[in-house]
Amino acid sequence: MGEASAIELKNITKAFGNKFANKDVCLTVNKGEILSVLGENGSGKTTLMNMISGIYYPDSGQIFIDGEEAVIRSPKDAYKYKIGMIHQHFKLVDVFSAAENIILGLEDEGKFDLKSARAKVSEIGERYGFAIDPDKKVYEMSVSEKQTVEIIRVLYRGADILILDEPTAVLTPQETQKLFDILRHMRDDGKAIIIITHKLHEVLSLSDRVSVLRKGEYVGTVNTVETTENQLTEMMVGKKTELNIHRDLPVNTAPRLVVEDISCINREGATVLRDISFTANSGEILGIAGIAGSGQRELLESIAGLQKLTEGRIVYNDPKSGEQEDLRDKTPVEIRDMGVRLSFVPEDRLGMGLVGNMDIVDNMMLRSYRRGKSMFVRRKEPKDLAEDIIHRLKVVTPDASTPVRRLSGGNIQKILVGREIASSPKVLMAAYPVRGLDINASYTIYNLLNEQKKNGVAVIYVGEDLDVLLELCDRIMVLSGGSVSGIVDARTATKEQIGLLMTKSREVKNGEAK
Amino acid sequence: MAKQNNSHTVHEPLMQVSKRKSMEWYKSWLVRIAAVVIALVICGFVINFLTGLDPISVYKEMFEGNFGTERRFWIMLKELAMLLCVSLAVTPAFKMRFWNIGAEGQSLAGALACAACMIYLGNKLPQGLLILVMVVSSVLVGLVWAVIPAFFKAKFNTNETLFTLMMNYIATQLVSFCIVFWENPKNSNTVGIINSDSMMGWLPSLGGQKYALCVLVVAVLTVAMYIYLRYSKQGYEISVVGESQNTARYVGINVKKVIIRTMAISGALCGIAGFLIVSGVDHTITTTTIGGLGFTAIMVSWLAKFNPVIMVLTSFIIVFLECGASQIATAFDFNHSVADILTGIILFFIIGSEFFVNYQIKIHKRHKEA
Repeated sequence: MGEASAIELKNITKAFGNKFANKDVCLTVNKGEILSVLGENGSGKTTLMNMISGIYYPDSGQIFIDGEEAVIRSPKDAYKYKIGMIHQHFKLVDVFSAAENIILGLEDEGKFDLKSARAKVSEIGERYGFAIDPDKKVYEMSVSEKQTVEIIRVLYRGADILILDEPTAVLTPQETQKLFDILRHMRDDGKAIIIITHKLHEVLSLSDRVSVLRKGEYVGTVNTVETTENQLTEMMVGKKTELNIHRDLPVNTAPRLVVEDISCINREGATVLRDISFTANSGEILGIAGIAGSGQRELLESIAGLQKLTEGRIVYNDPKSGEQEDLRDKTPVEIRDMGVRLSFVPEDRLGMGLVGNMDIVDNMMLRSYRRGKSMFVRRKEPKDLAEDIIHRLKVVTPDASTPVRRLSGGNIQKILVGREIASSPKVLMAAYPVRGLDINASYTIYNLLNEQKKNGVAVIYVGEDLDVLLELCDRIMVLSGGSVSGIVDARTATKEQIGLLMTKSREVKNGEAK
Repeated sequence: MAKQNNSHTVHEPLMQVSKRKSMEWYKSWLVRIAAVVIALVICGFVINFLTGLDPISVYKEMFEGNFGTERRFWIMLKELAMLLCVSLAVTPAFKMRFWNIGAEGQSLAGALACAACMIYLGNKLPQGLLILVMVVSSVLVGLVWAVIPAFFKAKFNTNETLFTLMMNYIATQLVSFCIVFWENPKNSNTVGIINSDSMMGWLPSLGGQKYALCVLVVAVLTVAMYIYLRYSKQGYEISVVGESQNTARYVGINVKKVIIRTMAISGALCGIAGFLIVSGVDHTITTTTIGGLGFTAIMVSWLAKFNPVIMVLTSFIIVFLECGASQIATAFDFNHSVADILTGIILFFIIGSEFFVNYQIKIHKRHKEA
């Protein structure tokens, strides 16, 4: 145990059932250091951090804090040891102000003193370079501001060890930079910081050392300055992996789906889509970028017939007959009956695209069970299709009658994408299709999308990783607050350019429109 | 510094509960059988403690109460058929995650319609036609009773649990209201046996057994419901809507239509249950004609995980316990509550065993100091 080690884990093991989430993991974080914990989904990063922050309790192994063995049985114990975790999903009360959220749940002796809390919040803000208004209500905040509140809350409680679980997943490139600056300030102030991520370039630009986990096992720790993206990938995946996405020039493009000035109001009465126009061409991948919740879901759902529009048209050019069909306000069944071959891989795989408790065969039937006049379902074709997809996409499953929810995220996604592609679509929409997938599964999905592009399908790809969007797509449309803030050529655009479009303010757009 | 007290006494949580991935079917049945055995042993002690009787003889009497004589056997079968019929009725609704706790009222409404036909048309129609009219009207009234809350659920997303529960009270009050008109004899405040002389509208006996036809009808319904849920397109839609309404909408299922259609089926089957009870068994109507079957049925259906064939078993367990309980109450001159205590213990263990099927418990060994 070195003097400077803030926290040290020795042979931490945790199993769920007979599956190891962590096996003999050893980690050390020093004071005044940023350590990245890198690993694919399912490699046990979050489980490990949950053990440090008292949510789980390890089956075996020891945790040392400042060189002394610590027992962390609850998040309260974690606070006692000055450990603070910033979760991926914020745990804030919407109607409370920043300061109220920060002191919420503190068991201070004496009076509820909002005034001194406010002062302390401002002081922490100044010290590390946060810009925060303690009286702003959480529901008025952007994602990045909410994250700031979470971080200050942890600092307010005196945490010396900070754990951030995928903190950049919801941030724009500019916001990410700002966060990194703050983290560097904190490091220089002597805090120990652990950041969980799977984004390689972030690891390289931010951290001092990187620890890699693979399938729950500890692979090793390297100094950031001495490593490369390729080496880290190899450690993560366990073998050499090609990191380039193949991209062909689009051929024989023709406008397939023309969206004209569509607007949409959600159930709460807020405008979620405003005057959106674009064209999706056949044989091309159109990327859609934007901060989470900028209207991506509503846009795809309007095209799929799941959202009522207040204005505009969605025109489908039938490649066979050459006819034009308006899809506006049609139900999914009506759209299919019109002969429009539209496939949709929704963001919520188990909550929308598939039924988790049903087996693979029954999930295959979701789209096709109506076929035929008989009142009974035919399970033969779906069974053949299931077997075919399992075979072709190398789905890891005991058999076709396994409930989908028992499969891993990547295999679930293969089932869903496989089914949507099986109907040989003319338009294929995919929302965050690689979210939560490991590198190999992600590349399988990219290849499937590229294959569809080659077959002349108009592919619409909603993504969050700008690097992937820039490598995979032909054009990228950026959404901001429910409107289109720009459409760029993915071959020439830069990340910064897209980042700026993502946050382009609404006033400017209104000015342009009216 | 911050911690002084616990650097050497390392405390760990004693038990950890986690969800099982899956359990082989034979193991899960072993757990359930073990639960019943333990329940019987504990009941044995309770019996001995409360009454000083030999538990074995009490259990034997319980068995006798179900299988002892041909008559008791047929009564048990009849009870089983009635419970199963209502359980079949609530199953499509629950499979759709529509909390229909109004089967009691839907059945009672069906029973009321059936009784009304017997009273007003008993001497106007020939027997065959009369029974047909009774079936149709029971089914229709049960259906309407179920479709009302389903309609409001589909249109305005009202809470179906409260709505169906309230419909039960309306049905009960409607029956008390009708009893005032149908009193026989006057001022008895009961309807009495309807058409006791002409036996008009009574289900005929089959092979000399008056309950055989009821049992047969329910057996057919069980098979039909199994096939409907497992193999029909509508049954498939019910599963999808039950698991995720979002998925249902995504694939273009008209969720509102499925809710109303499924509740119509649920209510119609409740209507049939009401018809069977009035026409096949009781030949009269009171506010307690259904006798809580509508609620017991919910347990039967959930215990069987909505599988109609397994529901035969789960409803048998409950009927066996009830018939056995009445038998030991009379045979040993118990207070009926003692029998209820035994039933309660056994059910507690059967339901509790599902916890051990779904979860595993890990007990920590003492942590060794390094």
